[in-house]
Amino acid sequence: MNWMAILVTLKLATLTSLILVLIGLPLAYWLAFSLWRWKFLIESVVALPLVLPPTVLGFYILVAIGPHSPLGRFYADLVGHPLPFTFEGLLLASVLYSLPFAVQPFATAFALVDRRLIEASWTLGLSRLGTFFKLIVPMSTAGVITGAVLSFAHTLGEFGVVLMVGGNIEGVTRTVSIDIYDEVQALNYAGAAKTALFLLVVSYAVLLGVYAMNRKVWALWPQK
Amino acid sequence: MAAEVSVDIVKAFPDRLTVQASFRLPLEPPSVLVLFGPSGSGKTTILRCLAGLEWPERGAIRFGAETWVDAASGFRRPPQQRRIGYMSQDYALFPTYSVAGNIAYGLGPLPEAERQQRVREAVGLLQLQGTEGLRPAQLSGGQQQRVALARALARRPRLLLLDEPLSALDVPTRSRLCGELRSLLKRLAIPSVVVTHDWEEALALGDRMVVLREGRVLQEGTPQQVFNRPRDADVAKIVGMETVMPGRIVEASEGLVTVEVGRRWLVAVGGDGIGSEVFVCIRAEDILLDAASTGTTSARNQLPGTVREVVPMGALVRVEIDCGFPLSAMVTRSAVAELHLSQGVPVVAAIKAGSVHLVPRQGDGGSVNA
Repeated sequence: MNWMAILVTLKLATLTSLILVLIGLPLAYWLAFSLWRWKFLIESVVALPLVLPPTVLGFYILVAIGPHSPLGRFYADLVGHPLPFTFEGLLLASVLYSLPFAVQPFATAFALVDRRLIEASWTLGLSRLGTFFKLIVPMSTAGVITGAVLSFAHTLGEFGVVLMVGGNIEGVTRTVSIDIYDEVQALNYAGAAKTALFLLVVSYAVLLGVYAMNRKVWALWPQK
Repeated sequence: MAAEVSVDIVKAFPDRLTVQASFRLPLEPPSVLVLFGPSGSGKTTILRCLAGLEWPERGAIRFGAETWVDAASGFRRPPQQRRIGYMSQDYALFPTYSVAGNIAYGLGPLPEAERQQRVREAVGLLQLQGTEGLRPAQLSGGQQQRVALARALARRPRLLLLDEPLSALDVPTRSRLCGELRSLLKRLAIPSVVVTHDWEEALALGDRMVVLREGRVLQEGTPQQVFNRPRDADVAKIVGMETVMPGRIVEASEGLVTVEVGRRWLVAVGGDGIGSEVFVCIRAEDILLDAASTGTTSARNQLPGTVREVVPMGALVRVEIDCGFPLSAMVTRSAVAELHLSQGVPVVAAIKAGSVHLVPRQGDGGSVNA
């Protein structure tokens, strides 16, 4: 088993999940409560990674952060090396790729919080931000945990996006799924089987945890 | 500027009625204003505008020298900055917090010791001792109502807004808590606006009363004025009670009480103990008129008097009688003809004991008046 690949994968999944909680919570709040007429435009963008082939998403991310784009040049000037085929680049791609897996459970849970409770909180003097942390998040713990765990599990199994943006650099961007592919290409079925089993067991355990915690909240689409 | 809450607003809803209301509530001395009307009359909308949860399209709401909303300049003071106590119809208790947690919810900015002190005070005031650690779901309806009140009061609001405070309760609990709420409001002396569609609550709780229908103010006055002298047939239909007189219970036995109204004594069912002050309420439809006392009727009350006025109201006729106190009766046109009812004619009004409703009066026993 390639322990280096496992380490890279776990690091990537943990950081992705963490970043998605940080940016996903405000985004989900906005999606759940904004009265903006064109909100559905943003909702659709957030959901895009669910339907796009990872190669398409990976291709656009690669182009966007590559040395020929303003964003890529800005990053290269700032840090001294370009973003593609680095761990940071891979992390950015993972965050975008797993965005709906975090944001949609968050937004679903937020939207289920009774409007009257939120109004009661306002009349008790709590700001919108205060109400978010003191009422909405505590009432949505199941949804928040579901979103965090799902994005973690989803990142574990990434393949296409990793290959497009991360390349295959041992110890930096070679994740478990890439490693399995390499082993099979090298006709080393025994090595592939071990790593594959490891990934299967971890993914199953993570999902078991989510389902056991709450069988009702696990919904990919916000429902009213 | 006069210390008062002034409301003068227009709030339109697409596909629904437009609410248009204008009234005042003096802050000194603190009084209770009742917004009264059938469902859909716009009373909750007005309360929500006062709370800052809805914004009127036109007009303004002012609290003393403070502007809360002014549609003309676009100024809006958010609910967080109004220091109000708002209680919605379903209480909106936070399920993730205990009773104590709910009460302390809005006390965040205070130091910990002060916060605990306020929670203890509110728990004591509403007799919630022993429930502090429970979740809202573990409470009875009456307890939930008291927790919601405690939560609203813990912040020491400048204005208390109660939306149908008793409607979520079953009937026996409702009449008990109505009495408790009345003495609490008197004791706290916080200016309050109470929304209700229940005439007993309006009479028991209100110092002033605004009658609404389809988004319009039909009448404003003390509850007694409104019930006794509805401005027109619309108000009479909404409030339902045509005779409301202050009285005092002088005798009680076997479930019946005798109430002194003016110089007359009336027999009624139930009521509080001897000496308590009540409103005596009689529906105009519940009064039978006769040319002279028959002496052998089942009605416990027979009041001789003279007709003061005969007012036709559609199929029925309202007959105003002076029988020591003013009494309104509603009879058919044929009855008016048969009894030759006109001004100055002597009649006897017969009322069953069960048709004499007693509502405890403001500031009676138990309350410590401020």
